[in-house]
Amino acid sequence: MLECRDLRKSFGELAAVDGVSFHIAAGETYGLLGPNGAGKTTSISMAVGLMQRDGGQVLVDGEPLDPGTTKLKAKIGLVPQDLALYPDLTARENLRFFGRLYDMPRARLSRRVDEVLEIIGLSDRANDRADTFSGGMKRRLNIGIGLLHAPGLLVLDEPTVGVDPQSRNAILESIEQLGSEGLAVLYTTHYMEEAERLCDRIGIIDRGQIKAEGTRRELAQILSQHDRVRLSATGPLHEGAEALRRIAGVQQVDVTDGAIDVLVEQAGNSLMAILSALDQSGVSITGVEIDEPNLEAVFLHLTGRSLRD
Amino acid sequence: MRSALNIAAKDLRQRVRDRSIYVIALAAPLGLAAIFGFVFNPISDADFTATFAVANVDQGPLAAPLVDGVLGGLAEAGNVNLVQAASAEEATRLVEGDGERADQDIDAAIIIPADFSARVQTGRPAELRVVQNANSSLAATLALAIVEGYARELDYVQGAVTTLAAFDPARLADAAGVAGLAASTPHPVTVRDVSASTKQLDNTTFYGAGLATFFLFFTVQFGVNSLLEERHFGTLNRLLAAPVPRWSIILGKAITSFGLGLVSMLILIVATSFILGADWGNPAGVALLVVAATASAIGVMAMVSALARTSEQGEVFSSIAAVGLGIIGGTFFPINQAGGVLASLRFVTPHAWFLQGLGDLAGGSIGDILPAVVALLAFTAASSGIALALLRRRLNP
Ligand SMILES: Nc1ncnc2c1ncn2[C@@H]1O[C@H](COP(=O)(O)OP(=O)(O)OP(=O)(O)O)[C@@H](O)[C@H]1O
Ligand SMILES: [Mg+2]
Repeated sequence: MLECRDLRKSFGELAAVDGVSFHIAAGETYGLLGPNGAGKTTSISMAVGLMQRDGGQVLVDGEPLDPGTTKLKAKIGLVPQDLALYPDLTARENLRFFGRLYDMPRARLSRRVDEVLEIIGLSDRANDRADTFSGGMKRRLNIGIGLLHAPGLLVLDEPTVGVDPQSRNAILESIEQLGSEGLAVLYTTHYMEEAERLCDRIGIIDRGQIKAEGTRRELAQILSQHDRVRLSATGPLHEGAEALRRIAGVQQVDVTDGAIDVLVEQAGNSLMAILSALDQSGVSITGVEIDEPNLEAVFLHLTGRSLRD
Repeated sequence: MRSALNIAAKDLRQRVRDRSIYVIALAAPLGLAAIFGFVFNPISDADFTATFAVANVDQGPLAAPLVDGVLGGLAEAGNVNLVQAASAEEATRLVEGDGERADQDIDAAIIIPADFSARVQTGRPAELRVVQNANSSLAATLALAIVEGYARELDYVQGAVTTLAAFDPARLADAAGVAGLAASTPHPVTVRDVSASTKQLDNTTFYGAGLATFFLFFTVQFGVNSLLEERHFGTLNRLLAAPVPRWSIILGKAITSFGLGLVSMLILIVATSFILGADWGNPAGVALLVVAATASAIGVMAMVSALARTSEQGEVFSSIAAVGLGIIGGTFFPINQAGGVLASLRFVTPHAWFLQGLGDLAGGSIGDILPAVVALLAFTAASSGIALALLRRRLNP
């Protein structure tokens, strides 16, 4: 469905995208997982023919796609990261306008607008101006516009940013639904859980390069010899983390809110050492979980940085 | 083309919902034209007539241009009534109004003493007297202004003659030299120098047309800046990712701007004609000028807006350009009467060409507006060329 080869883009000195390649088969959901500024938006802007490339190639169904291409672009639906809709037009008018740009015949457009309003749950607000919508409703309309012309490939750029957990779940559900209906999806995010939940395959992107690619399981294999120990704790967590880093067999230590994540080669061997080191640092432990490494750990391992800001 | 029309239809729908365009495009120019028309309506308005008593005691060669030329001309135009007085005393008495001629209020007396021409011709100090009626300040001031203006002109001629006589006496005797001198000095009876562009446009039409052009640049700006607005709202990315050629986005914006500009001009022309009594002239000629002026306004504003990075910046840049060009172009007051650099500088603006074209149309036939139309189209071509070059980069991020 989509194939990107060696995409490159620089802004002045900064190589925002530095040789990114990936491909998405029909009906497949592919995730680009990376932190802020990794080059996700820049990569997909080139993939959908919105932005000029400095180098590389984009093929849609085997045909080359460039910014000047017209017809081929109709196979792609774009949901930009920043809201892209007209605040002074109603939900229905927004949908109709973009539908006409995709040359949809009148009758089919009307039907499809109603369908999409149903999918995004805005049927009862269809004739209200977009600037009267809540943030979550605007997000859903933003997604609806990308879906409207029934593209074969839907490209979503962090569609759940700034959305409350309930709406977020609704959005993820409808994307899962679309994926299962045979739509190819390109999904960017910096939320590991979203990538794990939605994507058949994931590319881990950082500083403009894809560091690793594969299914969730394949990526976890990178750290297959390792265990992840998650310690819920209170007290001087950062001091405790320092102490853990000195223990043999401990590969990574990551402090989050109220917890310390530790990547170790063999949990059984180091667990006692970990607990006593924390105890000595004055950290009190409220819970211990041992798991296989998650994408967060893989990401940290590959890039040396955390996914979170 | 279909997508361009689609974009334009969407833009117009948005603009119609935005009330500020009604103010900028219609209410402001109409309101200001009405106000300006009242405030600045000068003596040429038929309602205003002044009555002067004239005592031409001199009867000499330099009295005639004032009495027959200047005052006679105003009387003929219906702005001034003249009452002949036999002597200075009679004229003064008329102004002070002993009730002798109660049917007629005399605003001022203009007295030309017996030796006026002789003294001027021999270079001695001469005097013209104005007696003002305290009750009619405006008309009386007018009398003074007319006489002072005439005196100044005489002084000028006088000065030129004496200077020439002093430095090159031989030339004074030379017939050709005198003829040359006559040609190069302003004619004494010229009280006001009214040059071509407003000669034929009456006041109401001038302010109506001036303000309509002034605000035309703001009106088309709504269409032009909507490209920056698309960027602001992120919708430009959707347009760029849609299966439409990039030129159709530009074309759509141009159609929007044209539609807004033409409709607002049409409404303003009809409204100023019916409400304020403006006379725009031959409809075909006016239509040609309006289309050319609108095109040039779009080009110029697109060029300015293409320099901006954000829609806020675009609005600031366009406002500065629209106000600046409007003032230089003489849309608020007949700048050409200021003379000098300002009078020629105005032709760097489309506004001045449009008003010039309307003046030419009123004074002649439709063929006479050709220079103005060509100039406006030249503005369009140059500015939109630059705008497109700048936008090409913007539309290809
Ligand atoms: N138009 C631009 N001009 C200059 N630099 C840019 C531009 N767009 C992006 N960049 C830079 O390129 C890099 C990659 O940006 P990009 O938007 O692709 O990141 P991202 O992965 O989408 O991040 P986020 O998760 O924050 O959306 C960043 O360092 C960014 O500052
Ligand atoms: Mg992004």
